[in-house]
Amino acid sequence: MRLAEAWRVALDALRANRLRSGLTMLGMVIGVGAVVILVALGTGTKNEVQAQVEGLGSNLLLVVPGQVSLNAAPAVSRLDQSDLDAVIRIAGDRDRVAVSLTSGENVRAGKEQVFTSLLGVLETTPKVFLRDVRAGAYLTRTDVETGRRVAVLGSSVAKTLFGERDPVGQQVTIAGVRFRVIGVFAPLGQSLGVDRDNEVHIPLSTAQRLLATKRVDAFAVKAPDAETIDRLGRDIVAELHRRHPDEEFSAVTQEQILGVLGDILGVLTAVLAAIAGISLLVGGVGVSNIMLVSVRERTREIGLRMALGARPRDIGLQFLLEAVLLTTIGGLLGIAFGVGASLATAALSPVPAALTWWSIALAFGVSCAVGIVFGVVPAQRAGRLDPVVALRSE
Amino acid sequence: MTQHAAIEAIDVARTYALDGVSVPALRGVTLTIAHGEHVAVVGPSGSGKSTLMHLLGGLDQPTSGRLRIGGRDVAGLTAAEMAHLRNATIGFVFQSFHLLSRTSALDNVALPLVYRGLGARERREQAARMLERVGLSHRIGHRPNQLSGGEQQRVAIARALVTEPAVLLADEPTGNLDQATGAAVLELLEQLNTAEGVAVVLVTHDREVAARARRQITMRDGRVVSDTADDAETASDAGEVPR
Repeated sequence: MRLAEAWRVALDALRANRLRSGLTMLGMVIGVGAVVILVALGTGTKNEVQAQVEGLGSNLLLVVPGQVSLNAAPAVSRLDQSDLDAVIRIAGDRDRVAVSLTSGENVRAGKEQVFTSLLGVLETTPKVFLRDVRAGAYLTRTDVETGRRVAVLGSSVAKTLFGERDPVGQQVTIAGVRFRVIGVFAPLGQSLGVDRDNEVHIPLSTAQRLLATKRVDAFAVKAPDAETIDRLGRDIVAELHRRHPDEEFSAVTQEQILGVLGDILGVLTAVLAAIAGISLLVGGVGVSNIMLVSVRERTREIGLRMALGARPRDIGLQFLLEAVLLTTIGGLLGIAFGVGASLATAALSPVPAALTWWSIALAFGVSCAVGIVFGVVPAQRAGRLDPVVALRSE
Repeated sequence: MTQHAAIEAIDVARTYALDGVSVPALRGVTLTIAHGEHVAVVGPSGSGKSTLMHLLGGLDQPTSGRLRIGGRDVAGLTAAEMAHLRNATIGFVFQSFHLLSRTSALDNVALPLVYRGLGARERREQAARMLERVGLSHRIGHRPNQLSGGEQQRVAIARALVTEPAVLLADEPTGNLDQATGAAVLELLEQLNTAEGVAVVLVTHDREVAARARRQITMRDGRVVSDTADDAETASDAGEVPR
């Protein structure tokens, strides 16, 4: 029997039982649709995180005391101004180095009060990270060197304290000390679960005086290009280790952060896909079940076809193709449903959803595979029927 | 004999295993169906005539004895080889017609050619010719439920003959038809037997139907109890049935 003929026969059989075929396909539609949607959500989330990390700026190197690992407690920094000078020397340019001294502090203006993350920084911060100032100006080198009490507010801090009023030139009180607002950041949104609009930047020297400390917590160095970033990281860690022999330091690149986060999100996506895969499995069992019923119902037809010269493999092929048609048509509908739902989600809600060709191709491939795997047993059963017995069945 | 017979059975037996007990359905049958013969197999139900027909049609294999269909010994043939043998040599006509209900008369007739790997156009051409031959060219596009019983059986006969088989096996072909329609169907079979030279083997319990055939084989308890060909052979010197 020609293959084209076998397809036609299989399609005819499905048409003859429209409702049953439709309901069986529905299982596949749901399963495949779920795979496409969940993979789109996982991929969308991963893309968003990637965009956020990349949104920090390019060729960044983050230098922190201690080890960077998921189960290490954050180390208390023993870095200070002289270490900063050393890092600037290695980086070769003050503009390439950002530093932070971080503390959670209440910021007050009039009756309003908000808990913020206060950062003592250099004026170089916008040159290292991507940070736009919406109103006013950022800190200057003079602000840093003379320890002025000036502050740049994150957009949500500004909104909470001043509402719609312009905060530039207004007074705020940080840890009981009065500061003048000189600028407001443009909104940045969340990055890695941290609300970056809840920051307040003040000069490092001012922050050290305010918090009665000499320490700095972390450095960020912008490498001139991607090639030098690893060597720069090694040089800085080596120098800091030389200056503090009993301490460890780590330099991580965005790529490394993305690698770790990408792995986590990759696992998450895989888990989601696997859960959706279970519904595909259930759909496949449904197909198998219906095909067995179909073989039983059409035993007489099978007997007749055998009498007329159909070989066992012709009969088997006919039923296998029927199962494959069920799952692939269901799969295609499921893909259409999944693509539509993903696009709608991305367009109408803040939940990120990104369609990928590989997930659609995979969903289609899996639909075919489910048809073959779950069609084999009914097909074999049909092919192995004894023509005499099959002809006699009612 | 220079040319082999269409079907040759030598001491063929068939035993079924039912609940661990072996039940003999056929206990050693020897007969030859020559090309162009017109034979009726008669006998009461349970006499083994259905089993015989399944064996002669290559649907089943004997438990013992030798069976040649179209000159080929069926012993040791695989299911696929048996299917090929049936397609090449045998045409089946059943009591209940066995037509595919959602398929046109034309495509029902063309069905055996599907398993010969013929293309759709060629199949339909041959099927149309065969439907014309059985007087149904005006019913080509009709489905079985739009046809009368007699017409359905004619479609089935066209389907049996479209492969140009050596033997047409008809199992109670008139069993579901009224007398007049049945007679017409038998007439058609006889006409095809004479004109096309296809051997017709008719299985029936109806004595009247059997009487129309040139040769009658009577079965009882899994054995052939009489065969008019043997009588003819012993009665006259014309030992061979004319082709």
